Amino acid sequence: MTKKIEAIFREEKLNVVKEALYEIGIIGMNVTEVRGHGRQGGIELSGRTGSYRVDLLPRVQLNIILSDRNVEKTIETIQQAAQTGSIGDGLIFVYPVDDVIRIRTGERGHDALTYEGDIDMLAEGGAKVEVQMQATD
Amino acid sequence: MNEINTGDTAWVLIATALVMMMTPALAFFYGGMVRKKNLLSTINLSFITVGLISLQWVLIGYTLAFGTSQGGLIGGLNFFGLSNVGAEPNADYAATIPHLAFSAYQMMFAIITPALITGAFVERVRFKAFLVFTVLWATFVYDPVAHWVWGVGGILRSIGALDFAGGTVVHITAGFSALAFAMVLGKRKWFGQAVMEPSNIPLTVLGAGLLWMGWFGFNGGSALAANGLAVNALVTTNTAAAAAAVVWMFLSWKDNKPSVLGIVTGAVVGLVAITPAAGFVTPLSAIVIGGLAAPVSYYAIKLRQRWGLDESLDVWACHGMGGTWGALATGLFATKLVNPAGADGLFYGNPSQFLIQALAVVVAIAFAFAVTFVLAKLIHRWLGLRVTENEEEVGLDISEHGERAYA
Repeated sequence: MTKKIEAIFREEKLNVVKEALYEIGIIGMNVTEVRGHGRQGGIELSGRTGSYRVDLLPRVQLNIILSDRNVEKTIETIQQAAQTGSIGDGLIFVYPVDDVIRIRTGERGHDALTYEGDIDMLAEGGAKVEVQMQATD
Repeated sequence: MNEINTGDTAWVLIATALVMMMTPALAFFYGGMVRKKNLLSTINLSFITVGLISLQWVLIGYTLAFGTSQGGLIGGLNFFGLSNVGAEPNADYAATIPHLAFSAYQMMFAIITPALITGAFVERVRFKAFLVFTVLWATFVYDPVAHWVWGVGGILRSIGALDFAGGTVVHITAGFSALAFAMVLGKRKWFGQAVMEPSNIPLTVLGAGLLWMGWFGFNGGSALAANGLAVNALVTTNTAAAAAAVVWMFLSWKDNKPSVLGIVTGAVVGLVAITPAAGFVTPLSAIVIGGLAAPVSYYAIKLRQRWGLDESLDVWACHGMGGTWGALATGLFATKLVNPAGADGLFYGNPSQFLIQALAVVVAIAFAFAVTFVLAKLIHRWLGLRVTENEEEVGLDISEHGERAYA
């Protein structure tokens, strides 16, 4: 089974979270900038005079598609890395994913999600691989 | 026959360029404070004013302001289309530079004044209505008041009112006209409910910086000569801006954190307040004038917010109230030690100067407010001052200009 993790957390925690995920072998991911609020409600910014309230605060949303068996470890990693303990740390959602298709090769399902040196290969005793920078995009 | 002084002429030409730059600078200053869907529209309100009023001034504006006085109320038509305005000096206004240089320098003041009012229009004004208003306002408000204060025989000049570079003519008229216009125009949709955050404060800082620089031409150039008075005006101008910026920083710090938007607003308010006084007061007085201008405008903004009035970019608080304070302060701090052609103020033993200043302020406020209110009402009935609700939600960049600031 394939799952999608959607984690919404503080922008300033993005690098820490990314590093922690690479460390456990999560390689594929994408990030969008979002604005929103939960319990925190908003913050006061300083304007020309006094303050004004901004209720939708910037956060990042990190999306990862991965195999069922890696979900718990990944959630735990994100939660630890993104946490500050203050209100407004964000939320993690997990959804089922029906299928995955890699556009370049046509691979489907689990095959479309594997990378050299990723969390599955590490579990099978593979070596950690640095993410390669490609000359072209 | 008056001799042309090349130094004076060179300085006034440079000052003309500096004051011209202030209107595009104002475009940035205002542009940064609106939401990004209205950024181009806001910038354009200032920019197109350079075009509109340049033409109005050449055709009719200059002669209405500086033509031979008709009973002290308005200039005659002897300079219509800049006829009889040439390379020879006009001793009434500037005896050592070509008359045409004086009229060009004054043109830049006539341009920036209606551009200042546009801070009250942003994010909802119908462009067509704005164009009509601006030309009529320049003709029926700016040109008469410029004549009263600066024209030989003008009613306020005749009673001895001092306005070195336009505290009354420029800032009071613009500020109180913005107030009247905002009352007729009404508030933006969602005003007071949704946050309307400035989209690009660095743009505002850029604008404020260029305004500060341009103001050396605005006030320093108003000496109309490259002399000690011009230097005094330049130094008092810089000093007042500095004092107001620092005081505003502490005011906003007291309420939250030292806001950059607040600091640059303070600088502009200090520049406004010193404008009528720059060539009549000492640098030490400039510290007091600038320093007190900051709380005057700061609390005027808070008052305007309590009224629930959407005078969107606080033209009234910054220019109207800053200009009023500056005009009154001229009646307190002016001294003939700085400018023998001026007068002594209250603190130099001449309380009547303060009363003269106060009278000029009241007349300018009442006239600008009333005429603008009527003009706005008439244009509203004729063309409609506002875009539709849907056009407002989409933003004026797309709905009025078919363009956007960022792709």
